[in-house]
Amino acid sequence: MTGLKTYDQDNDLLEALAANDANAIETIYRDNYSAIKAFIIKNNGYTDDARDIFQEAMIIIFEKAKSGSFVLSCRLQTYLYSVCRRLWLKRLQNQHRFNPSFELNHEIVPVEDELELHEQKEAEFRLLENAMQRIGEPCKSLLEAFYIEKKSMPEIADLFRYTNADNAKTQKYKCLVRLKKIFFEQYKDKD
Amino acid sequence: MEENLLLDAIERYRNGEMPEQEKILFEELRKNNSDIDQKVAEHSFFLSELNRMSEIKSLKHNLDKVESKLLNEGFFTGRPEKTKSKVIYLWNRYRRTIAVAAAIAGVVSLSTATVISKYTENKKVAVITPLVDNKLNQFENKLNQIEHKLNDATTSAPVKPKFEANFRATAFLVDGNGYLITNAHVVDKAKNLIVENIKGDQFYAKAIYSNDTTDLAILKITDTSFNKVTGLPYTFPKTSAELAEPIFTLGYPREEVVYGEGYLSAKSGYYGDTTSYQISISVNPGNSGGPVINKEGEVIGIISSRETNADGVVFAIKSTNIYAALREIRKEDNINIKLPTVNSLKGTSRVKQIKKLEDFVYKVKGN
Repeated sequence: MTGLKTYDQDNDLLEALAANDANAIETIYRDNYSAIKAFIIKNNGYTDDARDIFQEAMIIIFEKAKSGSFVLSCRLQTYLYSVCRRLWLKRLQNQHRFNPSFELNHEIVPVEDELELHEQKEAEFRLLENAMQRIGEPCKSLLEAFYIEKKSMPEIADLFRYTNADNAKTQKYKCLVRLKKIFFEQYKDKD
Repeated sequence: MEENLLLDAIERYRNGEMPEQEKILFEELRKNNSDIDQKVAEHSFFLSELNRMSEIKSLKHNLDKVESKLLNEGFFTGRPEKTKSKVIYLWNRYRRTIAVAAAIAGVVSLSTATVISKYTENKKVAVITPLVDNKLNQFENKLNQIEHKLNDATTSAPVKPKFEANFRATAFLVDGNGYLITNAHVVDKAKNLIVENIKGDQFYAKAIYSNDTTDLAILKITDTSFNKVTGLPYTFPKTSAELAEPIFTLGYPREEVVYGEGYLSAKSGYYGDTTSYQISISVNPGNSGGPVINKEGEVIGIISSRETNADGVVFAIKSTNIYAALREIRKEDNINIKLPTVNSLKGTSRVKQIKKLEDFVYKVKGN
């Protein structure tokens, strides 16, 4: 449990994480959470912050793993810790809180570039979420059912009581056009 | 309607659902019509955003699932410690009990000593002691009284309050208008407080702020004989001090001012308390409330307690806590205490530093 795993095992874990495998997630939590929590708590954070940061880091690594081009150049443990550390320091900075005063005796690797990319993606993610909130019902549920929950068109027609899948599809595209419009308006404002 | 057809085509194309022939036509269309090509690119980007959202949401679903499983297992032992301040609060509560136990141990005569040691052995609590000297005995008091009388007879110095002090500690000025910093545990149980400067001038003071959590207290000299003091030589850093930084202190473990030096040994205090440092320095009861100063002449901390069972393990409250205290006083009492901004200790020899410093470090006595 103390992270005495091999690189092969790290790569297997990454692959399983990319497949959204709950067992892999659990293993990663068990092996890494306590060090990250210790770092955050010692640097003016709460337990909730630690869980928050850990989740965010998991999302970052998940996306990297999914991209296929990601190769671990260090232990997964080191990488995850570095990402969490960077995320937390950034958050402290944004809140103009105390300078970090504690470092654990833990190896770190530079992850600044990755996080910059992630921040940009995060901003887009929030725009999309925001746009989703604004299109209203039934559009929101309809689009979520198809694009997020990946339900099939006949399933959706049944669920939303459309007479057939084609009707549902027409409705879906109407909603999609609206969603895109709101999203891209915000997107342009952002730049 | 045409737009829907296009969107549908794009989605089918992306998902690989297009028959070969249609695909060729579609690609041809893209090549020849830049407008359509741009729409395809735009929609592809949008679909990838949607897809990303879908993936992240399903990952989050699993993350939450794993978290709640681990939570039920008690893996996040942090659950009871909802907030950090709570932990520190509890820890300080704990320390307060120890302080009381230690105070009793110091004052009460031998007859109860066995009870105390039994208590501490069983509970193993008395590991740190506050550094207030509460062993001022009758003899010392008598001496002081004689000394006071002598002084009274020879000089027209401010009238010395006549009361028998039963503890002694240290405080230092943070604002020349008569505001001093010391420990909360120094002043908490005191009915009367006197502060005394190195020249032996004594002034009545009262605590205007006392915080058990940080163990900081701020005193205000109430005596009319007190004149505003200028030229406070030290400043207060806003950032954390560094490990191994050489430090020194001035305080009153005896009737006479005593100098001590050491180094910063850890960035957290007893049991990981993040509001204080661990320093290695030789201190004794009476040093409580003394400033911990680095070689740049910055007050990095305030001496508060030491570990009883270990040599030279002393805890000092981080001076950054002072900022919060001053904010609170400003808000609650509308008193604006200004910390000194000019540092005149920097770059001089230690002997000169102490000469400048000693006028601003006071003895606190009370009963």
